[in-house]
Amino acid sequence: MLESYIPIAMLFILATVLAVFIIVLGTIFGPRRKSFRKASPYESGMQPIGPGTRRMNVRYYLVAVLFILFDVEIIFFYPWAVNFRALGLFGFIEMLVFVGILLVGYIYVWKKGAFEWD
Amino acid sequence: MDVGISILVWLVLSIVLVFMLLTGFAYTTLLERRVIARFQSRVGPNRAGPQGLLQPLADGVKLIFKEEIIPASADKVTFILAPLLAVIPAIVVFAVIPFGSSIELFGVKVPLTLAPNMNVGILYVLAITSVSVYGIVLAGWASNSKYSMLGGLRSSAQMISYELAMGLSLVALVVVAGTLDLNAIVEQQKQVWYFFLQPFGAIIFMITALAEVNRAPFDMPEAEQELTSGYNTEYSGMKFALFYMAEYIKMIVISALSVTFFFGGYREPLPLFLTQALPFLSVDHTPLLGPLYFGLKIIALLIVQVWVRATLPRFRYDRLMKFGWLVLLPISLAWVMITALVVLLRG
Repeated sequence: MLESYIPIAMLFILATVLAVFIIVLGTIFGPRRKSFRKASPYESGMQPIGPGTRRMNVRYYLVAVLFILFDVEIIFFYPWAVNFRALGLFGFIEMLVFVGILLVGYIYVWKKGAFEWD
Repeated sequence: MDVGISILVWLVLSIVLVFMLLTGFAYTTLLERRVIARFQSRVGPNRAGPQGLLQPLADGVKLIFKEEIIPASADKVTFILAPLLAVIPAIVVFAVIPFGSSIELFGVKVPLTLAPNMNVGILYVLAITSVSVYGIVLAGWASNSKYSMLGGLRSSAQMISYELAMGLSLVALVVVAGTLDLNAIVEQQKQVWYFFLQPFGAIIFMITALAEVNRAPFDMPEAEQELTSGYNTEYSGMKFALFYMAEYIKMIVISALSVTFFFGGYREPLPLFLTQALPFLSVDHTPLLGPLYFGLKIIALLIVQVWVRATLPRFRYDRLMKFGWLVLLPISLAWVMITALVVLLRG
């Protein structure tokens, strides 16, 4: 079964070569007339004030942490889903318990206001 | 099969695949511009060649001769790496998508999938599509510009939020199909498309897929009016073209995935009595028709995406996040359990 990864590796190499080739093409044929203003970040014609990467809203971190929590739990669904017919009623009840635990956390996060973007 | 022949087949298939994706990308841009022009009572680009058919070529040549500007404050290595990270995963996903059953070529049986019958197909698709988030978030960060940073942040938060509902909508499909193998999923849809068994799953998948590729109405990260195109503000020339390419190839990829999961893949989109009356129209009889049917279905879904863009206004960002977490996630979770219950009761 590992052999099915060989064509994927080939496609990956081909895609990389293509993308690098496209970038090289642009660097060869494009003009190069550097100037101070051209190299400064775009701000609709204003002088940029302060650094470009500044501190970001903490909500983005919160979304990232919640994503990791829920995504790991969703990955647990896959083996269960593939074998669902074999597991039968037992598997269904087990998954109800699992979803119940998931929902407790979900409602807690909801009530804490993690999904509020004001 | 002989090892040498296998390698030759893989090489030819991957070259054909990349070539098809490049051509597909070029003509998807033209399709979008022409179709959206019709929606807005305009004509669209029709000057370069007959019906504007050479327009993508003209655009490409123009971009080659444009200057590549790297801002002085940018992180140079990451700045160049980001467009590569956006475009490579978009192409590599196609390895597991079947675009036909298999054909006889010079006495060799050639499967029309680059990596056929992969037993972790759906997981592979989910994993690789997640990687393209890096391209966008790194582009936003490496540009060291406020617009790019905001665009990159918004985009990553949106993509990971909608990925949850996308994963769950596919879990419901896997419960019914009992396999992660894309070829098997297509073959199971011989009689009836999974769209009819999994209507909610299909609709949730398509909504989240639109959000995943940052298309309208979820095109917040590149909201032209407020962020001057977001994460790719600082990009120019061919690096910009790579981001553009990544976006359109991803449009093709999500159409291909929707077709594979819910609309019968490369199987004929014809009612059963018609294929019984005219058996040469069926893929079992003429395997060469598989890629044709597959392509037609993809084009239909691409037109639907352009239609959605022409119809719906952009979401507000807070509503977008709320919609993902408080509407799509619970609905898809409930749909998984309902599907499981139905499958359980029917045995």
